[in-house]
Amino acid sequence: MTKMTLKINGSDHTLEADPNMPLLWAIRDLVGLKGTKYGCGVAQCGACVVHLDGDAIRSCVTKVSRAEGKQVVTIEGLSKNNDHPAQLAWQQLDVPQYGYCHSGQIMSAAVLLREKADPTNQDIDDAMAGNICRCGTYLRIRKAIVLAAELQKKTVKQG
Amino acid sequence: MNNKQVSRRDFLKASAVSGAVFSLGFYLPGSANNAEIISVAEAENYGIELNAWIHIETSGKVTIFSHRSEMGQGVYQAIPQIIAEELEVNLADIHVVFAKGNLKRYGSQNTGGSSTIREFYKILLNLGASAREMLLQAAAGSWGVSKSECYAQGGYVFHKPSGRIESPKRLHYGQLVEAASKLTPPKDYVLKKRSEYKLVGKPLLRLDTPFKTNGTAVFGMDKVLPGMLYAAVERNPRLRGKVKSFDDSQTWKIPGIKHVIKVKMVVFDTYREGIAVVADSTWAAMQGKKALKIEWDDSGFEHLNSEEIYKRQNLALQTQEGLSFKSQGEASEIISASANKIDVVYETPYQYHGCMEPMNCTAYYQEDKLEIWGPTQNPDMVQEYISKDMNIAKEKIIVNLTFLGGGFGRKSFMDYPHEAAVISRQIKAPVQVVWTREDDATQGPFRPGISYRCEGVIKDGKIDAFKYRMAGQNNMHWLTGKKDAVNGSTSEGFLKPYYETIKNLSIRDVPFATPIPTMWWRSVYASTNGFAFESFMDELAADAGRDPLDFRRAHLNDERLHLLIDKMENVSGWKDKKKGEGYGTAITECFSTTVGEVVKVSRQADGSIKIDQVWVVMDCGWYVNPDTIRAQIEGSIVMGLGAATMHEVRFIDGKAVDTNFSTYQMPRITDIPPIQIHIMENDEVAGGVGEPALPPFAPALTNAIFDLTGKRIRKLPFSLASV
Ligand code: FES
Repeated sequence: MTKMTLKINGSDHTLEADPNMPLLWAIRDLVGLKGTKYGCGVAQCGACVVHLDGDAIRSCVTKVSRAEGKQVVTIEGLSKNNDHPAQLAWQQLDVPQYGYCHSGQIMSAAVLLREKADPTNQDIDDAMAGNICRCGTYLRIRKAIVLAAELQKKTVKQG
Repeated sequence: MNNKQVSRRDFLKASAVSGAVFSLGFYLPGSANNAEIISVAEAENYGIELNAWIHIETSGKVTIFSHRSEMGQGVYQAIPQIIAEELEVNLADIHVVFAKGNLKRYGSQNTGGSSTIREFYKILLNLGASAREMLLQAAAGSWGVSKSECYAQGGYVFHKPSGRIESPKRLHYGQLVEAASKLTPPKDYVLKKRSEYKLVGKPLLRLDTPFKTNGTAVFGMDKVLPGMLYAAVERNPRLRGKVKSFDDSQTWKIPGIKHVIKVKMVVFDTYREGIAVVADSTWAAMQGKKALKIEWDDSGFEHLNSEEIYKRQNLALQTQEGLSFKSQGEASEIISASANKIDVVYETPYQYHGCMEPMNCTAYYQEDKLEIWGPTQNPDMVQEYISKDMNIAKEKIIVNLTFLGGGFGRKSFMDYPHEAAVISRQIKAPVQVVWTREDDATQGPFRPGISYRCEGVIKDGKIDAFKYRMAGQNNMHWLTGKKDAVNGSTSEGFLKPYYETIKNLSIRDVPFATPIPTMWWRSVYASTNGFAFESFMDELAADAGRDPLDFRRAHLNDERLHLLIDKMENVSGWKDKKKGEGYGTAITECFSTTVGEVVKVSRQADGSIKIDQVWVVMDCGWYVNPDTIRAQIEGSIVMGLGAATMHEVRFIDGKAVDTNFSTYQMPRITDIPPIQIHIMENDEVAGGVGEPALPPFAPALTNAIFDLTGKRIRKLPFSLASV
């Protein structure tokens, strides 16, 4: 057991954890943020995607010790008012069905949208192929990313 | 809008405090056909347990008790949408509260079989209309005018003749609740016509979506109780065996381990044993489970391989007649006398539900009660079963529903709540049992893999004789204990109007059992039967030398089905097929909804088959929200695509061998073909929408591949890369 401090969604959390514990379980069970989901534990499904210093990573295979001193952002911290362009697009197109995988889907999409202002179909495939949705909302995810890119441009202009 | 769960008594208490005075509910004295609408006060007087009710407070806030668990199919949205339509309130003013599991109180809560809307829409419409009429009456009374001069809109009652058109006299519902609560529910009111609907039939946004985009929706695994521990269980990998002995010395070396105990869970008529590791975090429990060394006792049942299962099923089909589900004319006689009969076997695989949220359940057993929180499709069954098995009075078991991260039939089973309850009782603490993905993928229950033998004879371009036998695990044999009785599973998916035109017809079930636990899976038997029926229909059409859609038309004397086929033909460009394109079709029925699909394929330069387009035409009768239907259809196609071309549960030595998504491949965003959806417009009885689009997909695809290549695919799954 090691004492460590994690910076999650802008605030410091001091915990005592086995340094080998995956970041996923530290976030869920030790910090108590339940929006990040467990789906497979072996980097196959993307339900656990969070941002580590801005990269979309799979928290189920990332040791908690690797997150020390870095910025962790979870779905709860993606925006204050549930209004990141991806979140807005997801809402407008009613993307989720069961909704369990969409924390991870949105976190993956958010990085894509930051890197590409106008993602092509190929960009979307590349960024999203690691996220499984058992309800099969893929067609809507694709549409939502295109819409989010538009919303993003508008906010940039206004901002 | 909120999403809470409370008991009815708590709810009534809470609403008394907040000043709610008007509430109206319904109960079902007999069947869903004779629901009684009654005020909550009256129900209390007579001790009647209501199925569902609405509540209006003096503030005007409307609360609806929804008695179904939400599984992503939009029930959360549909029930308010239906009630708001007749009640004349804005959807945004409606709050939904899930009721807790209680068979007596709410009727069956099993959210399976796409049944919610089908069974209840008429009652819900009437409930909304009754409440509206009482509010109208209350307003008319207070103004001293006739009720017929008043109308309701957006949570207000207006008086037509008064004032100018722009500002008629009006009263807010909240101002009327007290007066309305003294009235008796009326009998003489008129429901709206479909053309007058403002909400029903419109693609409204779902109310629960915002909770699912910022991580605030509470799924089973997100429930936290004070002092709660986490458990992971190593269960017998052969699905129904026992623990002989175990060594937990390595487990105890992991920090955070609190208990290591032997546990059991129900598997149909038997139990499965395992070792539960209870710890202070999910991860510690999972690590502790990995470190266990267990010797299993697997005596008393067979350890089968997949090949052996299919060999036996096929042998049964070749040697046994089985039970007759439907027999008319002389199908067997004509077929055995024919020199030109078609006689083929289709094989469908075992499937895993693969909910993205692995199975989990939270339980807290205390001296006088057991409380459960979990993603369940079937809270009343959970209560009933646990009461019996653990000998706890039913009233002392409270089942709380959370959001479900996928169900597809799996979460109708009570094994996982039972196990959580058993563990909590043993450790005397609240516990959350989390299945690893590996547990989830290998422990079942699974959709059974069924084999079919289809025989037929064509005469003068039409079907002269048709014989169909299925051999595989029939869930109804398990569930009812009637292993030698035929049941409806055998014909699920089949279009019943064919019975009229195929004079010599025989549909049979050859009973077959294995120790593998099986359970409903999206669209149940239609998901496998549909492949056999509709592939065979295509083979018969080809034998008759006829166009597959025309061939079906010729065997269906049913106007609704003809309209559906016309639509399929028109939207898909069926008649304009170009060179290098393969077109295939299939039509199945499931939960009173008929779906016809057309798939177009072509061959890629690398030899693989590409699905260029899928057209879906659904006839589900009266419907609520077309956008929800579209979402469900898209999902059904994706799930059908996985089951047809990507994955199957394989057994070796009695164990399921694919443990995670690395080998049990799921469809991904890169695999999805374009899907065009059409919904037939009519006022027929509402059918299900969550499942019926799945069964026709596989046969429409393989029929398209036949059209393109001349190759018949009779075994699922197959690979699009190597046809
Ligand atoms: S849980 Fe991390 S990728 Fe599936």
